[in-house]
Amino acid sequence: MSAPVAALDIRSVSRRFGALQALDDVSLRVEPGEFFALLGPNGAGKTTLISIVAGLTRPDAGTVSVMGHDVQRDFRAARRALGVVPQELVFDPFFTVRETLRIQSGYFGLRRNDDWIDELLQNLDLANKADANMRQLSGGMKRRVLVAQALVHRPPVILLDEPTAGVDVELRQTLWQFVRRLNREGHAIVLTTHYLEEAEQLCTRIAMLKQGRVVVMERTADLIRRFSGGKLVLRCSGATLPAELQPTVIEPPRHDAATGGWTATLRVDGNAEVEPMLARLRLGGCRIDELELQHVDLEDVFVRIMQAA
Amino acid sequence: MAAIEFSGAGFATLLRKELLRFWKVSFQTVAAPVLTSLLYLLVFSQALRGHVEAYPGVSYTAFLVPGLVMMSVLQNAFANASSSLIQSKITGNLVFVLLPPLAHLEIYCAYVLASMVRGLVVGAGVLVVTFPLTDLRFAAPGWALAFAVLGSAILGTMGLLAGIWAEKFDQMAAFQNFVIMPLTFLSGVFYSTHALSPFWQAVSHLNPFFYMVDGFRYGFFGVSDVPPAISLAAVAAALAVAAALTLRLLSRGWKLRH
Repeated sequence: MSAPVAALDIRSVSRRFGALQALDDVSLRVEPGEFFALLGPNGAGKTTLISIVAGLTRPDAGTVSVMGHDVQRDFRAARRALGVVPQELVFDPFFTVRETLRIQSGYFGLRRNDDWIDELLQNLDLANKADANMRQLSGGMKRRVLVAQALVHRPPVILLDEPTAGVDVELRQTLWQFVRRLNREGHAIVLTTHYLEEAEQLCTRIAMLKQGRVVVMERTADLIRRFSGGKLVLRCSGATLPAELQPTVIEPPRHDAATGGWTATLRVDGNAEVEPMLARLRLGGCRIDELELQHVDLEDVFVRIMQAA
Repeated sequence: MAAIEFSGAGFATLLRKELLRFWKVSFQTVAAPVLTSLLYLLVFSQALRGHVEAYPGVSYTAFLVPGLVMMSVLQNAFANASSSLIQSKITGNLVFVLLPPLAHLEIYCAYVLASMVRGLVVGAGVLVVTFPLTDLRFAAPGWALAFAVLGSAILGTMGLLAGIWAEKFDQMAAFQNFVIMPLTFLSGVFYSTHALSPFWQAVSHLNPFFYMVDGFRYGFFGVSDVPPAISLAAVAAALAVAAALTLRLLSRGWKLRH
């Protein structure tokens, strides 16, 4: 039996700009209905990859298909299956919000699409700005119009390139509520963001790019579990920190004049290590007055992976 | 093959958007060039009336009007495609045209047709406001229409070409001032090439704009510097070359898709 069609299938894609190898043999596959994060520092190649998927940039090597349609050879079907929210805050100053959406609809061959346009305006909190010129909108509103433009043809695959940059917290919540709904309805979502908390909360799988290469690709929960543990913040009295725990020190012991004890922060590589560490402290004559275990989040994982890769 | 597919709906929307774009600022894109042409006519006809007779029995004012009409058609057809594309490139909103399933032929046809409409609307406006000031006649209106349509198509195509090539407004201004403007002014808008020396006549005949203006003028007076059929062939050939080049660049995504 053949494998089901991928929402997005990127195979061995490379792209060079002059001396810069923007993408180097990148392969990844996003399944229909998946919420996928593409993360990486600035210049990692995320936007180049999205541009190649969108047909705005051509790869030097490799192939990309959207819902089984090659983005070069079968560009019409591939683009109909794809909605892209570009990173740049771009708009056409000649038109109102509704005109902008009707025009975008028409490009996809949808002439009578007002019901869906109204729904988009409602869900993205733009209904009262429908007849306002694009120039009159705030940055956050323009960003939401970009989202509406990407969704106007109801694509099964949606690429969001930093969609919440410059959007305030309340509007961000509105946006994510709507995108989550689309995802529940079966749309595959690929998100790039610098807000790693968003990726952690929303995305079931994550790929991390560094210098044009995929350095990590796995389920979000597995990734965080793999880097489980974190930091153990201690306030102790009695003896000093045992020598065998010195290699785990993140912040060395500081004397606390008020209590006569000391505070320190130790690295814990896994939850299973906590109890043996506490036992060593007790055996060394330390009394543990207070402790706090701080777990890693995606941001810690991201930093560790980027430092290591 | 995808390269020759044509989607009517996408094309119609892009055409409508391009028409709306210039119509929303029609004071600047239609009324202003009509006024400029009227001023040309008033100044030149006042200064040269009685001094110049380009064709026997045709006053200089009457001679000038078809030239000014055609100049307006050409310049505005060029301005429409070129300004739309360069603005979209620089502001980044060209992405809205590049992301949908529009083929290069649809993009070409929409931009050029919108440019033709603007050029012809402005040309008609110039004709309407200058007509009462002259003793103009229409000896062969079909020829005039044919040259207006083909001329606007060529300049719409050149506007698109310039928009594809230019990466900043400065480059676009250079193309307009150092290519379009000289070719327009040296095309016989203000004079008959019969008044030139044989050398400059020969040079004029290398200018495709000359055939557009001369053929268009034939439609009014039934007289021209070269036979209208030759002009039509020259104009059609120029359009074929410009269109082929522009379509090739669009299909490769040159300076549009990186």
